Amino acid sequence: MRRINLDEVKKYWFKVFVRISQYTLLSFVGIIFVLPFIWMLLSSLKLPGEVMIYPPKWIPYPPVWSNYLKILELMPFSMFIVNSFKVAILSVIGEVFTCSLAAYAFARIKFPGREFLFLTLIMTMMFPGQVRIIPVFMIMKFLGWLDTHKPLIVPFWTAAAFGTFLIRQFFLSLPSELEDAARIDGCSRFGIYWKIFVPLSIPILVTLTVFSFITSWNDLLNPVVYLSSYRKMTLTVGLAYFRGQYSVKWELLMSGATLSVLPMLILYIVAQRYFVRAIVLSGLKG
Amino acid sequence: MYKQVEKLSIGEKKNWKGLFEAIPYLIPMLIGIIVFRGGPVLASLIISFLKWDMILAPEWVGINNYLKMASDPLFWKIMRNTFIYIGIAVPASITIPLFMALAVNQKLKGIILFRSIYFLPVVTSMVAIGLLWTWLYDPQFGLINYLLESVFHISGAWWLQSTKWALPSIIIMSLWKSVGYNMVIYLAGLQAIPQQFYEAGHIDGANKRQLFWNVTLPILSPTIFFVMIISVIGSFQVFEQAYIMTQGGPAYSTTTISYAVFMQAFQYWHMGYACGLAVILAGCVLIITLINFTYQRRWVFYG
Repeated sequence: MRRINLDEVKKYWFKVFVRISQYTLLSFVGIIFVLPFIWMLLSSLKLPGEVMIYPPKWIPYPPVWSNYLKILELMPFSMFIVNSFKVAILSVIGEVFTCSLAAYAFARIKFPGREFLFLTLIMTMMFPGQVRIIPVFMIMKFLGWLDTHKPLIVPFWTAAAFGTFLIRQFFLSLPSELEDAARIDGCSRFGIYWKIFVPLSIPILVTLTVFSFITSWNDLLNPVVYLSSYRKMTLTVGLAYFRGQYSVKWELLMSGATLSVLPMLILYIVAQRYFVRAIVLSGLKG
Repeated sequence: MYKQVEKLSIGEKKNWKGLFEAIPYLIPMLIGIIVFRGGPVLASLIISFLKWDMILAPEWVGINNYLKMASDPLFWKIMRNTFIYIGIAVPASITIPLFMALAVNQKLKGIILFRSIYFLPVVTSMVAIGLLWTWLYDPQFGLINYLLESVFHISGAWWLQSTKWALPSIIIMSLWKSVGYNMVIYLAGLQAIPQQFYEAGHIDGANKRQLFWNVTLPILSPTIFFVMIISVIGSFQVFEQAYIMTQGGPAYSTTTISYAVFMQAFQYWHMGYACGLAVILAGCVLIITLINFTYQRRWVFYG
């Protein structure tokens, strides 16, 4: 009787030991991912003299919140944010609409060359943006769109591969009885798409919206190539420009970085599952 | 493309109706492929045979741009940087996220919090992260050298300012930013494995390690393959890191081919030469992806 009890006690403590080591390991990895962000925030609240000292001071006391006001004075941050929102919202609306249109044709209309066209579309995903940026730049120049927001928006209105693929997968999973019933009731093809498919696929459309919004917000290559005047800049290129101007003012650079990260952080916390789902779905069917 | 459509439709004339019905839905996508996605890849190929600075008229120079590349030591240095980056970053972004996914796939309280934290850098912009890490890498006042010295008693390096450490520094930072993405893909793959497989293995007396090698890995192999493909493509795209942190320096030690395309095109306006580099970049991605698809049959298990 005593022996068995001892075994159980041993087992219990072994379990506790395993739990503690599991959490220790998870927390250690977690610190690697969180500490840089904490350091960013702490640095953004320091005086210039407190940044450039060794060994570094961890907690700024008192916190210099005025760094944030200063950076808003030094660069038109609010204008950059408005530009970023404008570009992201307009490109995402167009992308979700055109991707769902193309996805509907691929999922529900039989036409010759469908598989070939779909494969071509998927193949375009393979090439990095740098492979095509020069000809696209020339097109934009020809159209007189340089230093406007159009080059950052209009290409997204042409059903990119990732979104089309994502929505097509979802449309394929919808039962065909739905549209048969609607057709008997005299509903047109576009009516079926607009009144049945779109409302039913709100979750996947939101998923694509969140994913594309973050991608557009974080893009640097296109804004750097197309925008030259200060007033047109989005947040990413504005921040990069600011870095060139105030290269060692780390307390200001860190407040700028914190400000630029904040909207995405909020969006991530609110819509985390949608963003994660976009990645998950792309991986499962890849 | 249109030839192909015609060829396919010879035997099935009825479907022409479908094509006319489908075209309105596909117009934006067709414009996209021709103008923004597929067409420009071909246009890059053509421009690579030109000498063009966008001011004077373009001049046909044949394969001159490629000959210039081959004889330029800087080109070979750039290729070397690119392949060092890929050689380190691709294996690391296949393995590290797998371990992370295994770690956060355990049934523990608060595990969702850890998942969210590991994923956090993915949603933030490379510009902000690049700035942050430039500050962390600061040789005098940066956190990394401070921690190395105070915790491990290792004297730090000049990271981004040294030709030896700059490229590894960028690789480490990029991995830190991106491993969460692949972790999520793996996690979905792991959670799709039916629990019965493990139960059956358990009954047959397999231990945890055997279960991992004989159940988890084979079933996960299509996911690993997918992660491999996207990691290769992603690793050829290193641009933002170099743009923000090092401008390709010091002494071109962090200039990769994507950054070189950008520099040649939009700093020096050597459009023909830049397109030549872009074609090389496309060729590299194409060849490696083809090799990956050829060899996948040997190790990817489709159940």
